[in-house]
Amino acid sequence: MEFEAVIGLEVHCQLKTQSKIFCNCSADFGAPPNTHTCPVCLGMPGVLPVLNKKVVDYALKLALSTNCTINKKNVFARKHYFYPDLPKGYQISQYELPIAEHGWIEIETPKGGKRRIGITRIHMEEDAGKLIHHDTRPISYVDLNRTGTPLLEIVSEPDIRTPEEAGEYLKRLRELVRYLGISDGNMEEGSLRCDANISLRPKGETKFGTKAELKNMNSFRHVQRALEYEIRRQTALLLDGKQVEQETRLWDEARGVTLPMRGKEEAHDYRYFPDPDLVPLEIDEAWIKEIKKTLPELPQEKRRRFVEEYGLGSDDAMVLTSSKELAEFFEATLKGFNEPKKVANWIMVELMKFLNQDGIEIHECRVTPTHMAELLGLIEKGTISGKMAKEVLEKVYKTGTSPGEIVEKEGLSQVSDEDTLHAVCQEVMDENPKEVEKYRAGKKKVIGFLVGQVMKKTKGKANPKRVNEILIELLG
Amino acid sequence: MKISREEVLHVAELARLKFSNEEIDLFSRQLNDILVYIEKLNELDTEAVPATTHAHELKNRFRDDASSPSLSPEKALENAPEKEGSQFVVPRII
Ligand SMILES: [Zn+2]
Repeated sequence: MEFEAVIGLEVHCQLKTQSKIFCNCSADFGAPPNTHTCPVCLGMPGVLPVLNKKVVDYALKLALSTNCTINKKNVFARKHYFYPDLPKGYQISQYELPIAEHGWIEIETPKGGKRRIGITRIHMEEDAGKLIHHDTRPISYVDLNRTGTPLLEIVSEPDIRTPEEAGEYLKRLRELVRYLGISDGNMEEGSLRCDANISLRPKGETKFGTKAELKNMNSFRHVQRALEYEIRRQTALLLDGKQVEQETRLWDEARGVTLPMRGKEEAHDYRYFPDPDLVPLEIDEAWIKEIKKTLPELPQEKRRRFVEEYGLGSDDAMVLTSSKELAEFFEATLKGFNEPKKVANWIMVELMKFLNQDGIEIHECRVTPTHMAELLGLIEKGTISGKMAKEVLEKVYKTGTSPGEIVEKEGLSQVSDEDTLHAVCQEVMDENPKEVEKYRAGKKKVIGFLVGQVMKKTKGKANPKRVNEILIELLG
Repeated sequence: MKISREEVLHVAELARLKFSNEEIDLFSRQLNDILVYIEKLNELDTEAVPATTHAHELKNRFRDDASSPSLSPEKALENAPEKEGSQFVVPRII
């Protein structure tokens, strides 16, 4: 029997605000333990949380960019459970009236098509603290700096069918929050966290099977691997005539398996009720309009425009729009050198080679769009060869000096003076009589060797095309 | 009965509270009395009244996104039954 996977993702996205969601404590990370707390986020009796307006702004940005319906009326609710990282004994979240519902994100399928993955809801909530378990003693340390930092939870519909689609959905979502500037979107550092629900059903069946909930996946790769493993595990169970248990399972990256989570079970009974400490939130059209005005061009639109306006292939457009900074770099370079395909190639092949080697982003490197345009201009004018340009780019990348200055200082401009070129070609022919003979006997291929010798003598500063022409002339 | 003994036990369990049998009986009776009393409200016709979550009409109270100094870790940990350095210490849970 063939099975089909039904996957839904719950993503928690940490917002890049200055302060926490309900108090003035800093929302920065990496501070010494318990230095960002106050009576509100410590859950002391008698304190009053007050909503950070920017959290609503950010939630609206994401809601509008994911085609959601925005609920005019929002209520915060208390979600009750006991855990040492939750000092109040409840988490302030949203339940019946989340900020946004019924949206979708478009993903690319492996065959080059597009598919919409539904978004059930987006809601605002506060994060919990951090637990560090002691290596040997039976204790855990609690750091409450993260308690009360703002999160958006994005719940997808069970529309995802393969681990690849799950990865694709996450990539699009990460791209979006980064474009919007509302989150770092970094899974490894926990600013984007993903849980997955997965069940199997026979192909063609419309009813859902029993699902398992997967947690503890800290990268896109973990998510894909955990889902792949879970498909294998559930398939084996079903083929054996056994049942899939409804349970929470943790991904164990080292062993490459998912294992049932112990403890914290107690069939979820969160006893949600409206938080009496927080007044209702009403979002009017004016607010939505104001936020709409702040939205940047989104990745999908940018991709379409890059294909239409610059004649790029969709794969290239995808790479160049994978971050807002990269897309901006590309377009800024075009201002100084308006040949989109050449610019695209130089950025994607040559510049990104260095970036990938060092694992940095385009805005973290020394090369500017002005440098890039200048470099391509130098090739265009014949001042340097394409090959030389690659070396110059590496120097720009390492030093931040402009290409013109490097060429000038290091005397790298091509020898275009015909007399000099003729002289060097003649010299090379004189030094290599055997090769000259071979060429004249019909072995035309040896010209490559001779061109190479000329390039060597001129330290790569000759224009190879011209050298070729001159050699043919002299040999003929 | 509005509420069963089992439900009272379940709620007590969720709240990590332990009671004697007599207490459970007493609380079951008392909770039941409260629920029956509240039930009286259902006699009102609220068909045309929109559901509400708060007793007052306040809405949209915000803070600007600005941070101000937090408590010192010493202050934050003052009530902690157990601590080490600037960390709370709890029995290991996993
Ligand atoms: Zn605080």
